[in-house]
Amino acid sequence: MSFTTSLTVLLPEIIMAIGAMVLLLAGAAGGEKTATPISWAAIGVMVLAELAVAMGTGGPAFGGAFMADNFARYAKLLILISAALSVLLTEEFFANTKQSRFELPVLILLATLGMMLMVSANSFLALYMGLELQSLALYVLAAFNRDHLRSTEAGLKYFVLGALSSGMLLYGISMIYGFTGSVDFYIVRDVIAHGGVSIGLIFGLVFLISGLAFKVSAVPFHMWTPDVYEGAPTPVTAYFATAAKVAALCLFLRAIVIPFPHAIEQWRQIIIFISVLSMALGAFAALGQKNIKRLMAYSSIGHMGYALLGLAAGTALGARGILIYLAIYVMTNIGVFACIQAMKRQGKPVENISDLAGLARTNPKLGLVFSMLFLSLAGLPPLAGFFAKFYIFLAAIQANLIWPAVLGVLASTVGLVYYLKLVKVMYFDEPAEPFDSEIGIGSELIIILSGAFALLFIFTASPVITIADAAAKALLP
Amino acid sequence: MSSLPLLSLVTFLPLLGAAAILLMPAAQNARWIALITTIVTFVVSLAVWASFDNANPGFQLVEKMNWLGGGISYHMGVDGISMLFVVLTAGLMPFCIAASWESIEERVAEYMIAFLVLETMMIGVFCSLDLVLFYVLFEAGLIPMFLIIGIWGGKRRIYASFKFFLYTFIGSVLMLLAIMSMYWYTGTTDIAAILANPHFPPGMQVWLWLAFFASFAVKMPMWPVHTWLPDAHVEAPTAGSVILAGILLKMGGYGFLRFSVPMFPHATEMFAPLVFVMSIVAIIYTSLVALAQEDMKKLIAYSSVAHMGFVTMGIFTITHQGVEGGIFQMLSHGVVSGALFLCVGVIYDRMHTREIAAYGGLVNRMPMYAGCFLVFTLANVGLPGTSGFVGEFLTMLGAFVHNSWIAIFAATGVILSAAYALFLYRRIIFGELVKPALQTIEDLTAREIAILAPLVIITIALGVYPNVVTNVTSPAVAKLVQDNQKAVAMEHVRARLAGTEEGRIIIMKAGMP
Repeated sequence: MSFTTSLTVLLPEIIMAIGAMVLLLAGAAGGEKTATPISWAAIGVMVLAELAVAMGTGGPAFGGAFMADNFARYAKLLILISAALSVLLTEEFFANTKQSRFELPVLILLATLGMMLMVSANSFLALYMGLELQSLALYVLAAFNRDHLRSTEAGLKYFVLGALSSGMLLYGISMIYGFTGSVDFYIVRDVIAHGGVSIGLIFGLVFLISGLAFKVSAVPFHMWTPDVYEGAPTPVTAYFATAAKVAALCLFLRAIVIPFPHAIEQWRQIIIFISVLSMALGAFAALGQKNIKRLMAYSSIGHMGYALLGLAAGTALGARGILIYLAIYVMTNIGVFACIQAMKRQGKPVENISDLAGLARTNPKLGLVFSMLFLSLAGLPPLAGFFAKFYIFLAAIQANLIWPAVLGVLASTVGLVYYLKLVKVMYFDEPAEPFDSEIGIGSELIIILSGAFALLFIFTASPVITIADAAAKALLP
Repeated sequence: MSSLPLLSLVTFLPLLGAAAILLMPAAQNARWIALITTIVTFVVSLAVWASFDNANPGFQLVEKMNWLGGGISYHMGVDGISMLFVVLTAGLMPFCIAASWESIEERVAEYMIAFLVLETMMIGVFCSLDLVLFYVLFEAGLIPMFLIIGIWGGKRRIYASFKFFLYTFIGSVLMLLAIMSMYWYTGTTDIAAILANPHFPPGMQVWLWLAFFASFAVKMPMWPVHTWLPDAHVEAPTAGSVILAGILLKMGGYGFLRFSVPMFPHATEMFAPLVFVMSIVAIIYTSLVALAQEDMKKLIAYSSVAHMGFVTMGIFTITHQGVEGGIFQMLSHGVVSGALFLCVGVIYDRMHTREIAAYGGLVNRMPMYAGCFLVFTLANVGLPGTSGFVGEFLTMLGAFVHNSWIAIFAATGVILSAAYALFLYRRIIFGELVKPALQTIEDLTAREIAILAPLVIITIALGVYPNVVTNVTSPAVAKLVQDNQKAVAMEHVRARLAGTEEGRIIIMKAGMP
């Protein structure tokens, strides 16, 4: 495998890296007025990268440290789509806050590049580098509204806790390296297959899982999520909730199932534990929320719990479940955040749930899509969210995880209460003052796209399932 | 056999109507589009009946298309058990739309859309021959009903809508897990395929049965999980109550007939005593509760629970009479309780109260109304000559064959139902018209006559000539009962053989599960 083949495999990442740097220079030269064109250019770069992912050559690169298999390509497509849609949301954010800064799309490009490296990483070192590239960009993004107290607080919290988790991750990796003698996923797997699971390795595994659980915001490493979701600007929150979650979860999946298939008994109980706790906490803690972005934070904690149940299954079916889950989750969540961004009065954003009162009467279309997306997140058929949960639980039942599945559906009933409460506020309550009727073209496009996806997925499920199936088989034949 | 996909047509026509209303949301348009759509749907459902072959006990008008892959397909079909429920659903809908003509003034377009979407889901439930498809439609129906109760309901509408939604949801998520277990055991979710060869091991059957039971018992509703029903009924608008009592409750009974009894014969036999006890408690206890009600809708709601007790009792006797009686009772109750709620709606629209004490002596000013109400009250009591009699009689006959004690307890329920129904009738209709508010009350309008008259005719027609129904259901019921008895007998043989060493060898050689 020559250096040039490796480079062709990495073509999408190279496009992203060059694109980010060129746009950064252009922005530095052009100043603030270039923010909007740079946003569009960033979307263009991502579309280009997407084409490169879709048509590019797969296979390993750089001595197996990097792996562009179907699984990685599926994840990259999702990441790029959600990143591009998040950038689309920034345009309206600029208009709302009357500040336009070109750094936002550039930072999103850099973070996305990190995510693409993460999902392709096939060694612990590559994993860590991708993760840090993503994290450093995300720390800045969380604090992007720098004149805003909450945003600064969010950035700081995220940085401190993120650094802690990276430290744990690195510590875990060093233990694993120490007890297996390699950072390559396949070699680690073979060493465990022959040498068994030593106690030191289990320590390393636990630290690794803790670090990764922080990145997917699973309980008990979820503390940062509500503050960051609330404090960050809405397009950034959308980005956190979609692309960052896809990357972290896919990384989690690969970093557990490839190197540690022979330690499944050891890690499965941990995953089940954090999965069930996340589902429960996500459901119960969201009940009392007043701020819609905080509520979405708890909702995402719960959703990560469901997705982790697929990981606990430890099978190709479980991986397929996660991939289907992520696709639906991303498409629904981006729509929700586009709706949240449309919540503004006299140009000022409002974020309380009570502000939504009577939305179905003051703005029927927005009310309809908004409630549909929430019901989809609740997992109600015939909306897309049902099929997401369906394939996760299908895999869990097949792996004989009956009790976690039962707890999961019960948690989803609790979760249903707060989603229904949102629908109640929008449909049953007396109307509050209406929102501004103008919605940016980007947001409107996302709202329509996401609503249509939630409603029509039932008819078009089959191809998504087939692609996810192929991607999962690449990971776990 | 017509080549037209009749079942898909009857299922999705209402959805088309809903889309049309979305494009033309003016109130008057919405009403007419909804009415026309439901009438056309009803006509198509009659076409389904016309092309239905009574002699064939299997599934007919079958449509199958690839859907999710991996053994999960879009599979529709009806047999003698489900076909009449499709007709009942399609038949009740035009009445619901007509009954809401004047009483719903706000957000008319949304109201009609909710009803049409609900109709699609309900008809789909009865037509679907795939477990996942069934589940999707079964659950999806909750959303429009939630909105109907929550937006157009009474004072405690929000409490009632949440209670309705959560009760039914928590019951059915367990069913979803059971469906998944069945999928992994059989490799398909095709109902027809599973019915053709139900071979779940006895231990597994117990869990599957309980999971399905959790869902259907709530939906039915059976005592003690019936408490959502009175709340939902009282708060729902008239048409919502009609659909709740007329159709949604029947999904529980239909589920028992389609899944619990034929797929898990061993567990059904094992749990039948539990069901009988719950049914009898429902019949006697809720009848007594009905006696004490001060709210008309609540009284009818409790009487519905009691009547559903007869249905579950009949179904789980697994006798031809009992099962057929259960189906007949469900169809009859669908018409009669729907009609009773419409009757309540008539005077509620005039006086805006459902309190029984606010009425009295209505016969003096509303003779036609009194006549219609009388027919439905007597049908609710189960008077011979009305549709209510046939179902009650057959279920009790089935119960008597099975165990005479059950029938004796159930018979006391018949007496109690006469007591509460006639007591209600006397307090509302008879006596002197003394209340000043009632002095100017008007008799039925032409629209109301047009709504109630066909229901009177159907109620009496079914009572006089029940063969219309039994001709359709009989072959399918016969097959159901026969298959069940065969499966139970097989299981007994297997259990006895497994007790001895030689027996186990026989089992192995025969390849029995």
